[in-house]
Order: sequence, then C-alpha cells, then structure tokens
Amino acid sequence: MAEWMNQQSGAGSGRHNLSGAELKEQCDLFLGAFLGASRSARSTDISSPEWEPVREVVSDVAKSRTKQGFSAGETAIFIFSLKRPLFDVLPKVTGDPATQMRQMRSVNDLLDQFGLQAMEDFQKRREELILRQQEEMLELSTPVVKLWDGILALPVIGTLDSARTQMVMESLLQEIVRTGSTIAIIDITGVPTVDTLVAQHLLKTVAAARLMGADCIISGIRPQIAATIVHLGVELTTVITKATLADAFALALRKAGLSIAKVSTSKKAASDRELEE
Amino acid sequence: MERIPILKMGRFLLVTIQVDMHDQLAIALQDDLTERIVATAAKGVLIDISSLEVVDSFIGRMLGNIASMSRILDAQTVVVGMQPAVAITLVELGLSLPGVRTALNVEKGIDLLRAALELES
Repeated sequence: MAEWMNQQSGAGSGRHNLSGAELKEQCDLFLGAFLGASRSARSTDISSPEWEPVREVVSDVAKSRTKQGFSAGETAIFIFSLKRPLFDVLPKVTGDPATQMRQMRSVNDLLDQFGLQAMEDFQKRREELILRQQEEMLELSTPVVKLWDGILALPVIGTLDSARTQMVMESLLQEIVRTGSTIAIIDITGVPTVDTLVAQHLLKTVAAARLMGADCIISGIRPQIAATIVHLGVELTTVITKATLADAFALALRKAGLSIAKVSTSKKAASDRELEE
Repeated sequence: MERIPILKMGRFLLVTIQVDMHDQLAIALQDDLTERIVATAAKGVLIDISSLEVVDSFIGRMLGNIASMSRILDAQTVVVGMQPAVAITLVELGLSLPGVRTALNVEKGIDLLRAALELES
C-alpha cells in the first residue's frame, strides 16, 4: 500500500508546480480518505454518506488551489492524474479479467465525479471572490465628504445603476443624519453617461434627501450630458443644478449664510509668517 | 384607546410620534390635530417622526393630508427627523410629499417655521 502511495505522489508532483511536501500531504489525505471510503462504500454515488470524508478533502484542496492561483484545469488534473497509476496497479491486485473490468469502471466513475466536484468547488470559490471584490468596489467608489459645517459633497464616479444608486442614497442619507447637514452637493463629473434611468435615480436620491430635510444641488453636468438630458425629455427642473462643483459650493455657502472673502495683503503676510513659524 | 400627545409650544404645536403608527391611530391624530390647531390658533405644526421606523403608503399619504389640512387652517407643517430608511421607502412608494416642508431635527424645524412666519408678517 505504501508503494502505491509513493507511486501516486511521484506521478502527481510531476504535473504540478506545487511544493513537494504540500502535494504529498494532499495526495496522502485524498488517497487515505478514498481508500477508507471505498472499503465501506456500497455504491459509486459520491453523494452517499460513505464518501463524505473524500468530498471534504476534495473541497479543501480546491479551496487551497484557488488561493494559490491555480487554473481550473490544474485543479481538476489533481484528481484525474490519479487514474493512470490506479489502472496500472489494479491488474496486479486481482487476476480475474471480469472483476478487473468492473473495478476499473467503478474507479473511473468515482474519479470522474470527484474531478467534477473539484471543478465546481473551484468555480464557486472564484465566484465568491468576484462577488466580494464587486462589493468592495461599490463601497470604495461612493465616499461622502464633508465640505463645510452643514455641507456635504458626494462625488459620483462611474456608471450609476440601481444597486449603486441604492448604496449612494443610503450612505448619503446616513451621513446627512450623522453630520446634521442641510445641504448636499451631488457631483456627477465622473459619470460617463446619463440616461433616463440614471436621471430617475438621481431624482429619487434628491427626493429622499429633501424628505429628511436636506437640500440637494446637482453639479458637474457636462455640456454633452446637458444636451442628452434635454433630448431625452427628462425633467430636472425640480432640482437645483450647477455646472461646476465650485458654483454649487458657492451657492451652498450662501444658503448657509456664509461667505468667502479675500484677506487683505497685510493680514496675509502676517498669517504666512505664522505658518512658517 | 391610545393617542398621540400634541404639545403646545408658543405659537407652534409639537407632535412626537413614538409608537408604530397604525391606520386607526393616524386617523385619530389627524382629527385631534386639526381640532387643536383651531382651538389654539397655532401658526405652525412640527411632526417629529425620528423614532418612526416603519411607514406604509397610508401613513405617507396621511402626512401629506395633515400638511394640506393645516395649511387651510393657516398653520405650516414641518416634518422633522425622518429616518433614511423611511425616506427611501417613501420615495420608492412614489410619495415624495411635495407640499410638506422638512427639517433634520426639531430645532431646525422651529427655525424654519420662525423664518416663514417673519416673512409673512
């Protein structure tokens, strides 16, 4: 039996660029579970409870392979590469050709199923990874920044779809409550296209902010986008719109009863000296 | 039957909704409030819904109705302290309450009412 295992590991490590010890451990684990289960198992259906430990080993291997950046094919080969050595060994164990044939067929069936399971596990992990990255991107791309006491800005970058608008809306509203701001500027300079759906999403956000008692200003509308909005017949008349974030900020300051004034030359010199010290 | 208290604060009335609104309660509040506006000759109504976490279309419409009724009785209505989730729900329901004034909290609501009254006089 030990000879068989060694042969296994040897055949396996030739095909993978994995560290020898780790591969040997994985092969040993799989073979151990496989042999243990094949002694007690009555059927070749791997969903039966006898095969449970083998399934666990396969999914563990698939998990570690995904983390190490293996391709789906390489993960499946881990299982399929077992076939040839097994087939070489089987004739030596039993002499009767009919029994040999039956054993070969069942071993073939089993390994096929485990190979498929490894592929599926691999794919599942990859999909989980993609989903998580997508969520992270959503959170990263919608920061709410405080411009002044009571004035928030929300620079939107990238396309606005329903899921994103929901997120933008929620984070904006939450921030309005947290900071007690009465004015929010939504800057859409980074939004490449505005269609009816995006416009509707924007209007919804503005309406929700108004319900909470905050005024919204939309800024950063590029000339082409202004043209598109008019051609589409979208009504943005209920919302205050400004061409640039600076204009919007100036209006926000005026609404909050604040103003920006230029410092006189002598005062500026004094404050510069202060900064240097 | 439980009722929502209506407090008089100078020229304004303050309604703080601290329980889950059900339809019967909403109708009772509507009746009570209009009566109190007439009785106290209030110039403004503040409805604080900061602890209201669930709204449906009926409650949303009721808020709009209260605002319209008070306006007829010469009192301005300000809805204050709406939760983000409630605001999103109302917008998704298509109820953006166009005739209702809103403020972030009671303090800002009172400022808003004062400013509106000064403008009138």
